[in-house]
Amino acid sequence: MTPRGARPAPDRQPRSEAVSVQARNHTIGLGNRLSAWLLGHLHTIVFSLGRLARAPLATLMTAGVIAISLALPAGLYVLLDNLRTVSGQWEQAAQVSLFLRQDLRLEQAQAFADEIRSLPEVDAVTLIPADQALEEFRRTSGFGDALNALNENPLPTVLSIQPRVGVGAARIKLLVETLGSRDAVELAQLDMEWLERLFAMMDIVLHAIAIIAVLLGLGVLLAVGNTIRLDIENRRDEIVVSKLIGATNAFIRRPFLYGGIWYGLLGGLVAWIVVSIGMGVIDDPVQQLTHLYQSGYQLRGLGFGGGMSLLLLGGALGWCGAWLAVGRHLRAIEPT
Amino acid sequence: MIRFQSVTKRYPDNAEALSSVSFRLGEGAMAFLTGHSGAGKSTLLKLIALIERPTQGEIEIDGLNLAGIRGRHIAHFRRRLGIVFQNHGLLMDRTVFDNVALPLVIAGFRHQDIAKRVHAALDMVGLLRHEKKLPVTLSAGEQQRVGIARAVVNKPTVLLADEPTGNLDPELSREVMHLFEQFNQVGVTILVATHDIDLIRSLDHPALRLDHGKLSLDTELGSAAE
Repeated sequence: MTPRGARPAPDRQPRSEAVSVQARNHTIGLGNRLSAWLLGHLHTIVFSLGRLARAPLATLMTAGVIAISLALPAGLYVLLDNLRTVSGQWEQAAQVSLFLRQDLRLEQAQAFADEIRSLPEVDAVTLIPADQALEEFRRTSGFGDALNALNENPLPTVLSIQPRVGVGAARIKLLVETLGSRDAVELAQLDMEWLERLFAMMDIVLHAIAIIAVLLGLGVLLAVGNTIRLDIENRRDEIVVSKLIGATNAFIRRPFLYGGIWYGLLGGLVAWIVVSIGMGVIDDPVQQLTHLYQSGYQLRGLGFGGGMSLLLLGGALGWCGAWLAVGRHLRAIEPT
Repeated sequence: MIRFQSVTKRYPDNAEALSSVSFRLGEGAMAFLTGHSGAGKSTLLKLIALIERPTQGEIEIDGLNLAGIRGRHIAHFRRRLGIVFQNHGLLMDRTVFDNVALPLVIAGFRHQDIAKRVHAALDMVGLLRHEKKLPVTLSAGEQQRVGIARAVVNKPTVLLADEPTGNLDPELSREVMHLFEQFNQVGVTILVATHDIDLIRSLDHPALRLDHGKLSLDTELGSAAE
């Protein structure tokens, strides 16, 4: 193309190596370009880690903020998870008490007990005859003399039903309803209401933890974003020079984004360690407590999967925070 | 090749930095850009590097109309240029090698090619033995030469220099100019903005003189730029 008014350009001769090299650059294969691209990223990943390592104190402070933000909800969640496991075991310890009608004879009660025993949900049925119940009550309550004053036994015959292990709460409830509607039964009672209340409370706590986790996650975004923003400010000259020698925005963005990921991963790692140490610290008192309840419950920690999730979450949050900062602030830096 | 066609640059405060400037610097030519400070030298270089856009007129580099280069194409266009800054613009926290390698890293060259080219560029400016040093440990003249090595390492077709000798004594200045002439001899188009009249007089290249934004060819200083 010869611009209007311009003299014809002199014949283009292969006058410099520059031209031929540029031509060669355009013809390198896709594979080479891909490996160059990968190497470029790899270089940036190592380079951005090196940058963090050169300012260890500042890096650890940012990672610390992230670690605390992640460790708090993670630790609470682990505790709640343990509580759920324990109370899940209690659920299986739920008992159904059937108070039979006073006028039922003992043989009828026994037949009824046999029938219940054959139900698939039921593990065992214990029949407590009214006389025996009275006797027991007399012994343990200390109201013996008062009871003697009564003409007849006020206590009913009771069937104590032990549901089979693994039968869910819903099926047990259904069982209670079915048995409660039978003629022989005066009252069917499930000793599980307090457990339901506990579950409801744990549900509330779980939601509260979720809210805390979201807020702290936002905190991580802001913390990483601010750190990256300062980083960008400190490297203003470098960014300007890089743009002048042909760096694309993507190229300039890259080390900051990887920096954010590194902060996040480091924060996640520290959080993992903090939670593990915390679980170790409360393990002893928990052992004592479960010993008192004669249960061999073992406290469950984060585990490998949980730890990896923390790492990934930290990395993702760090990347997002960096992205927020980079998107806003890099565009503002142009050579003048 | 650099071509300006009636280029005017007016800043928002209505100050006219360049008034209808037209010139053509052929492929492989070398010229000086002179004028008092504030005459528009920097503005002219900024227009070529796409840091600023002209208010009117047309600029063409290597047959490319700059008006059509926008967005991310700007970065790719700048890779064709070599820019030498007055204050060298080196990154002080990186070694000489890493500074010179930056344009190649940006352009996505392979590691082996980068090392080869950086060594060649450093060899040309005579600083190969300093490659592992940080720029602060070098003298002003050496720092400027590192800046030049970085500007030419990507084998640009056009080399722009903004007061490259501004901070150097006469002897170092001549050295730097000699380097530019060497690159010019292998076909790089070179435009050097400087107010160092003595230096210009001692070299046989045309000079474009800007005076309050208007261009006049300084015929005293050798043959006109095409």
